[in-house]
Amino acid sequence: MVDLLAMILVFMGIAFFFFGAIGLLRLPDLHSRLHALTKADNLGLGLMIVGVALLHGSLLVALKLLLIWLLALLGSAASAHLISQYALRRNHR
Amino acid sequence: MIDLSLTTIPDLVLAVMLIGMAWAALSSDDLKRSVILFIAFGLLLAIVWARLHAPDLALAEAAIGAGLSGALLLVALRDETGGKVAAGEVSRSGRWLVDLFALIMTCLIGWVLWLTIYTAPVERLATLANATLTQSGVSNPVTAVLLNYRAYDTLLELVVVLTAVLGVMVVGRERRGYRQAGPVFCGLVHWLVPLLIVTAGYLLWVGAHAPGGAFQAGATLAAAGIVLRLAGNDAAGLPAGIWLRWLLVAGIGLFLSIGLGVTLSNGQVLQYPEAWSGSLILVIESAATASIAAALVLAYRGGRPEGWLTAADKENNRGVSA
Amino acid sequence: MTQALIYALTGAVIFMLGVRTTLLRVTLLHRILGLNVSGGGVFLVFVSLGYRGDTALTDPVPHALVLTGLVVAISATALALALNRRLREMDDE
Repeated sequence: MVDLLAMILVFMGIAFFFFGAIGLLRLPDLHSRLHALTKADNLGLGLMIVGVALLHGSLLVALKLLLIWLLALLGSAASAHLISQYALRRNHR
Repeated sequence: MIDLSLTTIPDLVLAVMLIGMAWAALSSDDLKRSVILFIAFGLLLAIVWARLHAPDLALAEAAIGAGLSGALLLVALRDETGGKVAAGEVSRSGRWLVDLFALIMTCLIGWVLWLTIYTAPVERLATLANATLTQSGVSNPVTAVLLNYRAYDTLLELVVVLTAVLGVMVVGRERRGYRQAGPVFCGLVHWLVPLLIVTAGYLLWVGAHAPGGAFQAGATLAAAGIVLRLAGNDAAGLPAGIWLRWLLVAGIGLFLSIGLGVTLSNGQVLQYPEAWSGSLILVIESAATASIAAALVLAYRGGRPEGWLTAADKENNRGVSA
Repeated sequence: MTQALIYALTGAVIFMLGVRTTLLRVTLLHRILGLNVSGGGVFLVFVSLGYRGDTALTDPVPHALVLTGLVVAISATALALALNRRLREMDDE
C-alpha cells in the first residue's frame, strides 16, 4: 500500500518534470520559460522526494532528502531571479 | 550472449543520450553553447556512474566534472570575448582522413572491449581489495584503495595538482573581481556557503565508510570559494600571502611526512601501522581537502594574486607599457 | 554483462568523438573541451570493465583510479585554460 502510494507520487513527480521540460522548450520567451521550469520542477522534485522517502521508510534519509529539496528550492528561486534580472537589464539597454 | 531485458532499456537510453550530448557539445560552433552542453554531459555521466554502482564517482563527477570544470570553462569564455577568434579550417581531405581514422579506431576499441568482457574472468582485484578491507582502517573500499593500497598514486596526484596550480600561477595573473552582488544573491550566499562548508566536512568524514572522501570534499569547498568570489569577495575566501602558500602545500606536506614518519615503526614508506591507519587516513584527507580546494579556487581566480608580482615581473610590465 | 558492454562501447565512441574534435578544431578552447570529453570516454570504459552485474562485486580499483583521473583532468584543464589565456594576451600585445 505504501509502496503503491510512493510509486504514484514518483510518477506524478516525473509528470511535472515532463511538463516543465515541455514548457522550457515550447514557451515563447525567457520569463515564461523560467516560470514553467522553476515551478513545475520544484513541485516535481518535491513529489519525487516524498515518494522516495516513503519507499525508503527511514526518518534520517527522509530528513536528508528534505534538505536536498530545500537546497534545490533555494537554488532555483535565486538563479531564476538572477537570470530574469539579467535579461531585464539587457532588454532595457 | 546479449540479453536485452527490460532492465537494460534505461542503460540504452542513457548511452544514446550520452553520445548525443557529447556530439552536440563538440559539433557546435558557438563556444558558450558547447560549454553549457558539456556541463550537461558531465551531469549525465554522473547518472551513469550511479547506474554502474560507483556512487563515489557520481559525487565527484557532479562536483568536479560538471560543476568546477564548467565554472573554469565559463570564466575562460569571459576572457575569450573581445579578442579575435582564431580563423582557419582543416582541409576537406584532412577531415575525411580524421573521420576514417576515428571510425576504424572506434571499431578496433569496440572489438577489443567485446573480447575482454566476454572472456572468462580470471582472478579479480576486487576480491583481494575487499578481503583486506578490515586491515585498511576504513570500510569504504574506494577510500581504502586511494589512501592505503595505492597511496602512492594519490600522493603523486596531489603533486600533479600542485604542479598544475604552480603552472597556472606562473602564466596567469589574477582576473578582475566581480562587483558586489545584489541582495538576492547575497542572501543565497549567506545560506549556501556555510552549508557547502558543512557538506564538505560531512563528505570528508563519511568517506571512511560510505561514498565520499577528500576529492569530493575538496571540490565542494572549492565551490563555496567560487560562490563567494561571484558574490564580490575577490579573495574567494582564501588567505593571503604566506598562508596561501602553506595551504597549497599542506596536502602533500602532511602526506609525505606521515608516509616517511611511519617508516620509523616498520621501515616501509606509506605503510601505516594497522591500529593507526584510520586516523592517519583522516588526517591526510583533511589536509588534502584543503589543498585541493585552495588549488582549484586559485585556478578559478586565474593565477597569482596581485601582491605576488616579483621584481622582475614589475620590470617586465614597465617594459611592455613603455 | 550486457550493461557493461553497452557502457564500454559508449565510452569508446565518446573517446573517439573527443579525439576527432581535438584533431579537427582550430580554436584551443574547443580542443580543450574535446580532450575533456574523450577523457570522460576513457573513464567510462574503465569503470564499465570493473562492473559485473548487479549481484557481483563491483571492482573498487578502477573507481579509485578514475577518481584520481578526474582530479588530474581538472588540474590539466585549469593549466590548459591558463595557457590559452596567456597566449591570447600575447596575441593582443
